[in-house]
Amino acid sequence: MRVPVQWLREYVDFSGINEKTLIDKLVLTGSNNEGSSKICDGLENIVVGKIEQITPHPNAEKLCICQVNVGEEVLQIVTGATNVFEGAYIPVALHGAVIAGGIKIKKGKLRGEPSNGMLCSLEEMGFDSSSIPKEFDDGILILDETYPLGMDILEALKLNESVIEFEITPNRPDCLSMIGMAREVAASFELELKLPEGYQHVEGDEVNKLASVKIEAPELCHRYVARVVENIVVKPSPQWMQLRLMQAGMRPINNIVDITNYVMLEYGQPIHAFDLHALHQGQVVVKCATEGEVFETLDGKERTLTAEMLMITDGVKSIGIAGVMGGANTEISNETKTVLIEVASFDKSNIRKTSKTLGLRSEASSRFEKGVSTELPLEVVNRVCYLIELMGAGKTVDGIIDVYPKGKQPVKIPFTVEGINHVIGEKIGKDQMIKLLNRLEITVEDGEQLVANIPHYRLDLQKEIDLVEEVARLYGYDQIGMTLPRLDVWGAKTNAQMIKDRVKFELLSSGVDEMLSYSFVSRKELDKINAPEHSLLRNQVALINPLGEEFSVMRTTLVPNLLEVLARNSNRKNKNVRLFEIGSIFIPREIPITQLPIEKESLVIGAIGEHEDFFTLKGIVEGVLGGLGIENYTFEKESNHPTYHKGRCANILWNGHVLGILGEVHPTVLENYDLVERAYVADLDYNILLQLAKEEKKYRAIPKYPAVERDIAVLVKDEVTSYQIEEVVTRIGRPLLESVKMFDMYKGKQITEGYKSVAYALVFRAEDRTLVDEEVNKIFNKILKTLEEEIGAQLR
Amino acid sequence: MKEKLQALLDEARVEIQAANGLKELEDLRIKYLGKKGEVTLVLKNMKDLTPEERPLIGKIANDVREAIESLLDASKDDKKGLEIENQLNREAIDVTMPSKGMPRGHKHPINVALDEIIEIFLGMGFKIAEGPEVETVYNNFDALNAPVDHPSRSLSDTFYITDDLILRTQTSPIQVRTMKSQKPPIKVIAPGRCFRNDEIDATHSPMFHQIEGLVIDKGITMADLKGTLDMFAKRLFGSQTKTKFRPHYFPFTEPSGEVDVSCFKCGGEGCRFCKYSGWIEILGCGMVHPNVLEECGIDSTVYNGFAFGMGLDRVTMLKYEIDDIRVLFENDIRFIKQF
Repeated sequence: MRVPVQWLREYVDFSGINEKTLIDKLVLTGSNNEGSSKICDGLENIVVGKIEQITPHPNAEKLCICQVNVGEEVLQIVTGATNVFEGAYIPVALHGAVIAGGIKIKKGKLRGEPSNGMLCSLEEMGFDSSSIPKEFDDGILILDETYPLGMDILEALKLNESVIEFEITPNRPDCLSMIGMAREVAASFELELKLPEGYQHVEGDEVNKLASVKIEAPELCHRYVARVVENIVVKPSPQWMQLRLMQAGMRPINNIVDITNYVMLEYGQPIHAFDLHALHQGQVVVKCATEGEVFETLDGKERTLTAEMLMITDGVKSIGIAGVMGGANTEISNETKTVLIEVASFDKSNIRKTSKTLGLRSEASSRFEKGVSTELPLEVVNRVCYLIELMGAGKTVDGIIDVYPKGKQPVKIPFTVEGINHVIGEKIGKDQMIKLLNRLEITVEDGEQLVANIPHYRLDLQKEIDLVEEVARLYGYDQIGMTLPRLDVWGAKTNAQMIKDRVKFELLSSGVDEMLSYSFVSRKELDKINAPEHSLLRNQVALINPLGEEFSVMRTTLVPNLLEVLARNSNRKNKNVRLFEIGSIFIPREIPITQLPIEKESLVIGAIGEHEDFFTLKGIVEGVLGGLGIENYTFEKESNHPTYHKGRCANILWNGHVLGILGEVHPTVLENYDLVERAYVADLDYNILLQLAKEEKKYRAIPKYPAVERDIAVLVKDEVTSYQIEEVVTRIGRPLLESVKMFDMYKGKQITEGYKSVAYALVFRAEDRTLVDEEVNKIFNKILKTLEEEIGAQLR
Repeated sequence: MKEKLQALLDEARVEIQAANGLKELEDLRIKYLGKKGEVTLVLKNMKDLTPEERPLIGKIANDVREAIESLLDASKDDKKGLEIENQLNREAIDVTMPSKGMPRGHKHPINVALDEIIEIFLGMGFKIAEGPEVETVYNNFDALNAPVDHPSRSLSDTFYITDDLILRTQTSPIQVRTMKSQKPPIKVIAPGRCFRNDEIDATHSPMFHQIEGLVIDKGITMADLKGTLDMFAKRLFGSQTKTKFRPHYFPFTEPSGEVDVSCFKCGGEGCRFCKYSGWIEILGCGMVHPNVLEECGIDSTVYNGFAFGMGLDRVTMLKYEIDDIRVLFENDIRFIKQF
């Protein structure tokens, strides 16, 4: 809400309070400040002048020479403006003046003639071109009153105060008005509110001879007030009104339209004026549109209506979309002689829907959809008539039409002092509390119980809890003490939360960075990772209204996100990238979706870089599993997963469960992601890890007796896996074998084609004695023999 | 004999002094003190002496032996020191050469900030609640007292999956889940991803993070809310931080407020981070609306409480002076490795 300070003074006298104090206080009572600016900021040395004489420019057809009286002297100024005339009062930028945009004006010559200043337009004074009236669009501002010559223009036009922008919360539509904001000022500073003057002569029934109103949809139109004004003279509105409208951001049109806008800004109540003669028999009938009806609005656009839209009609044709915009067929024109002023109350949801369906938002609709009191129309219509008469723009017909089918019961809220203090945590006394409420025009009946009488415009106050905020904000949030709740509860992470910390710790310790990526992805991502047509991953939760195809479905795997991020890093020439993400995947319980999908977390780890290979990633995965105390898992070759290199991929198995998969990414997948280097990815089922994670650790005594170390080197066929050899070694070596670890694998020279040489370091140890060589030799030989028998290993 | 011993000592002294390295010293030790060494030989010849001479010469011989030994030891220590010294000199390196670099992983900055916040609230007795990203319209809006025609429910604001299912637009549905599944007293924070139908630009992201707090018990007041958030702000932004509570509006709290903290960049003097106001808006909060309590099965005549929420991405961006929200989700390691 744009609030010109000078205009605000009309309704509340806050002289002596400077702008900063005003803003700071209003912020603390609930009207947050969103900035403050002066439209004519930075102007210097622009004064009121009067054109004494105009003569043609001898050297330029399009220029003329004005002799301008600026009080102390008469200046010669050359102008190209066409709307100047002798006797006109105009703003004059003197030599050394600064106009909008910080431009300095200097004496000079224009086509040979001296020019000692500049005549100013509204734009040159800082107004936005969108709010300048058409008549001054590309001309000099002609002042409509006489001012002392040489007077500072901003002072003359009362433009030297700021326009403050306030954030109005949705619960306070009443503050979308000058009077509403003035009320807040009055309440905040304990000042008196001055309501503007309105038309008092409302008796008589002349109006009923000229117009009638019928509401056929009372659930959508709660009240319809109308007055008729005759002998209308359409002309520009007075400058003071134009300037205020412009400061509020509205473009002046003509006196009748300007008055309706002005009063709307004053009260927050939208108003519409119809050319009465365009109405069939002066009738107004409020009813819903016919489905498919086409209607031309004021802005000249044709709108197709639906049967839910509330319309203003004259019984024969539509003349306006209720609360949104009037029709072109009843627009005020220069020929208009009689107008019908409509001040009505409409159902806010209906207005919101209509405005949204039509994609048409207006000052009126944006106010109606937030809520406007049904008690405003009478005061407002009278104010409009008063201003029309004040400007000599017409004569109000006696009588008022007021159709108000249900009327309105005043809202009364019983409350207790304790109830309110109980929430605030202060001990505000009854008298003080009543005084605070009184400042908001809430009167309190102090009888057997306290009852607050809520003013009609406070649509947000319904229950005792609503009064708490009113008391608290005027008492001052800053005055409320600070305490800490005393609760017999302790802070702690759940087991699952602590396990996640452990997983992250392991990954971070392995040099893996954490990434976070969007939960929604493109459907095409699954094609990019070679997911088969009937892959379960393609059962996705889809958005009805995604930002675009690339964010259209909830992810069923984190692998595409990971690959995309790896590729981005690779393309940016980042070396040695290791990343992980723990994030949710979304699996529909059924298609079509009728209930919340299964949402579970997944862990992906990825690596690219010259030192990375399958085994570095395997090491990282082992680190995670080890960190969680998960043991006895195995890696089993997987050569059918389309995302991975079929020769370099493994499933991680534990007791028949698949904990996840890891491998080098398939070359076509790399290509799909524009990855020009090899990438390694592990995709783990985080939920299973969570279930398998051991929380307790048990100490194992450090061995007291020395170990015996033996190396073993054998020749085996290529297809024999390390796991097979380790399995034999472990099985036979138990219980004295402490560990077995491969330390070399060699193929090539001196090795028969199809064979490889592998070497393992074996460590033997007994818990209770020093092993002797014979004992170890016996086992060692047995291992060798079994390797030979079971997998055809030859000792080297 | 006495003279001979004395001469041996003198001879040894000269030779020990002239010795080069530990090896030569060892040779000298053998030469003089070894089994067939010269001093040893003298001692072996003692049997030829008279009983009167024996103790006398014996003593001299022992003295000489000890003297040579101590000369040898001293020289040995010197030589050893010298050798170590030489070794160290030989092995000198250029310490300004690059390290071998132990790779360390870095948490995403959003989680760095989140962990810091979690730590603070754990210390204040809060637990951590979680909830799904896909939510019901009921949990996200209806149960939170959001008006049926509230604009935030529209397709242009909220991502819909069906008429009843959406991507949560706030972490507040976790409040609803918590209140429905637990009896008071409740004291939780709830971090999580949220989604709004915003085009991506420097300040908007369709996915962002919030952290929410909820306290429910008997006799909870606005003063408790203020005290809790003031303490939180002081822990997160420094003990000199001031807080300002302003009235505001949220459908699910009444009264509602917003909290500004004194700018932690300039200390409140005014800078570009606080837009020269000295204050930075950081939190929304309020007393849980009785309608919400009742909807979640909590008797609002017995219990009340407060709730608060803040944008985690915003806090992260302010804290680290990140000026474009998009970098948070690009995951460039040159970005992540800074935290």
